[in-house]
Amino acid sequence: MTRVTVGLSTCGIAAGAEETFTALETKLASLPDAPELQRTGCVGMCYQEPLVEISNGDGVRYLYGHISPDKVGRLIDEHLGQGAPITDWLVWTSGGKGSDHAYLSRQHRIVLRNCGNIDPESIDEYIRTGGYLALQKVIEAKDPDGLVNVMIESGLRGRGGAGFLTGMKWRFTRMAPGTEKFIICNADEGDPGAFMDRSVLESDPHSVVEGMIIAGYAIGADHGYIYVRAEYPKAIERLTIAIAQAQERGFLGDGILGSTHSFHVKLKEGAGAFVCGEETALMMSIEGKRGMPRVRPPFPATRGLWEKPTSINNVETFANVPWIVINGAKAFNSLGTANSKGTKVFAMAGKIRHGGLVEVPMGISIREIVFDICGGIRDDRKFKAVQMGGPSGGCIPAELQDTVIDYESINKTGAIMGSGGLVVMDETICMVDVARFFLEFTQRESCGKCTFCRIGTKRMLEVLTRITEGGGRDGDIELLEDLAARVKNSSLCGLGQTAPNPVLTTLKYFRSEYEAHLTNKKCPAHHCQKLLTYTITDDCSGCMLCLKACAVGAITGERKKVHVIDQAKCTVCGECYKVCNLGAIAKD
Amino acid sequence: MHTHRRYNFKNQHFAGQEGRLIPLLQQAQTEDGYLRRERLEEIHKLSGIPLAHIYGVATFYAQFRLKPVGKFLLRACHGTACHVSGAVELSQAVEKHLGVPNGETTADRMFSIETVSCLGCCSLAPAMMINGATFGNLSPSAAVKVVKKYQKGERS
Ligand SMILES: Cc1cc2nc3c(=O)[nH]c(=O)nc-3n(C[C@H](O)[C@H](O)[C@H](O)COP(=O)(O)O)c2cc1C
Ligand code: FES
Repeated sequence: MTRVTVGLSTCGIAAGAEETFTALETKLASLPDAPELQRTGCVGMCYQEPLVEISNGDGVRYLYGHISPDKVGRLIDEHLGQGAPITDWLVWTSGGKGSDHAYLSRQHRIVLRNCGNIDPESIDEYIRTGGYLALQKVIEAKDPDGLVNVMIESGLRGRGGAGFLTGMKWRFTRMAPGTEKFIICNADEGDPGAFMDRSVLESDPHSVVEGMIIAGYAIGADHGYIYVRAEYPKAIERLTIAIAQAQERGFLGDGILGSTHSFHVKLKEGAGAFVCGEETALMMSIEGKRGMPRVRPPFPATRGLWEKPTSINNVETFANVPWIVINGAKAFNSLGTANSKGTKVFAMAGKIRHGGLVEVPMGISIREIVFDICGGIRDDRKFKAVQMGGPSGGCIPAELQDTVIDYESINKTGAIMGSGGLVVMDETICMVDVARFFLEFTQRESCGKCTFCRIGTKRMLEVLTRITEGGGRDGDIELLEDLAARVKNSSLCGLGQTAPNPVLTTLKYFRSEYEAHLTNKKCPAHHCQKLLTYTITDDCSGCMLCLKACAVGAITGERKKVHVIDQAKCTVCGECYKVCNLGAIAKD
Repeated sequence: MHTHRRYNFKNQHFAGQEGRLIPLLQQAQTEDGYLRRERLEEIHKLSGIPLAHIYGVATFYAQFRLKPVGKFLLRACHGTACHVSGAVELSQAVEKHLGVPNGETTADRMFSIETVSCLGCCSLAPAMMINGATFGNLSPSAAVKVVKKYQKGERS
């Protein structure tokens, strides 16, 4: 049967997918035997949103990109009416065609197996694709220890950043004394520039819920919490629906699937604090306190939420679990490198041509992700660096693009795997400004408990700010290095321990940029506003646009004659540069 | 944003359950738009949680506001992807259009503007959110256009 689906995740909706959906509803209703119109999550091709998929009765699937409401009429008339797919709009087909075929075909989808394929608000669709079979298998096997061993053997490492073996964490929590234990799903996704977890929760919430129930069975926990950030209203909405549906079907609640095991899940909304992604701070927050990390040990596995043994895992970690149970540890650990198994989802953003979600086997290189899958750099600019691991991570320069994706290789560069945010930078981006940006973030988000994290990051931010504003002093680089070492060594939690990483990696790979700011008072990327000089070239036609735009009257000239900027008056606001239609204003 | 559904604290059993504090504050803020002093005192009286502790929590989390906000809350993303895609220029344009700096509310109480760290729409950077709706791929002028739609009542 013919089916039309529209990707309705936050990214799709932001690009206007709801309007497309409404237009399709109206259009399809006018057809004699209207095909089914359905909502799905996100396939990950965010750069092509709004996305519409038509699957014909013969099973071939056609994915169309950038389908704004005005294109709906032609799409339906030609594809469904005349049976002629519109080749120009096709981005992917299951038959191997479409402009961006490589984007999906080069991926290996385990976590994203259902994303974009099923209706996230329908438990029936999840079940139809094999959902909750893993839970059934686990309950029937009655062997929690065997289950823990399978997880260990699979080699799955936590996808929240630190990369701890999930099975080991489960084993420690299972062995910890106590009858009351907890499972927590960390859906705080605080790394600015990362959206993998949001997308999984919005597109396939049941896979995460099923993963949690299985984890509960493995460690002997009756209760679980999902801590999700408040900035993700759609994820919260779909999780709420998923939890209610799972309860209704007896996958959640007392006596799951006729067994004696019970499991209940509660949703906790975060309240906007990055540090609450840290596991001990997150538990403080669930307990209703200020989210401040505490010393470990004791680790959550022995003393976690409400002082009870707790296993906390990331969204992506849980989404892997049902797949591993069904397909076995071998299927998972045959993918990847010696110490990093399986796949990793990356959120591609920044100056990348095809930004969105990609899931790739560990061991693939950064170059393959950026160029072979995501089509390289936007506007054919030069690839400069990728930022991995967010505020805790670092910038890997283009020269190291053959670095492979595994925990250890990434660590060697000074960055970290992190949760999977990958922000691509081109030559227009100033690395000193990027370092300043991250320090501004960590300085603001520091909970204030450790002196060096609270004050040291502030001092680092001040130094970075003055460098980008042309006020850098001799010895500033050394001062940054000294402060970085102290903040790293005297902070309690990962936030402070890793906060200097963006500065250290940019210093390591882009030191000359710092030096240019300091000694020549110039920003090589032409980004730092205060270090720019604007001049008018001979291409000026004397249209007077810039003269009118200048708020301080620094530009003079007559109509049809080349204008001039009085540098003494210029406040380098850049307004003239923006209004000039001829590109006759040069910045240096 | 304004549900006008009054929260009945008396029905909540929260003796010893400090875990309820954050959800309670979230609910109070959803109903009133911000955390009113009287509300916090009410929570203190009914729960026994010290007022200082309640304020400690309320000021720790970025979500909580102790000042009223406008009818529309515009949150411009200043996350990494948005930062490298012109978020600063976007905010400048919006601030200039509305005539108030970041963190403030317009005199007519229509708009409050804030920055946030990431809206999870990074592949559509720069992004912003107005109440529950997210907008992506914005130029500074496109952002101002969206704001104008709200001002003219074409969107709400
Ligand atoms: C400052 C800070 C922020 C963190 N934020 C997150 C986050 O947003 N999501 C997440 O899953 N883990 C985050 N973590 C890691 C958690 O502390 C924890 O290691 C993780 O949730 C464990 O799950 P995993 O083993 O599945 O990775 C953060 C850690 C630190 C130090
Ligand atoms: S960085 Fe702006 S939406 Fe993520």
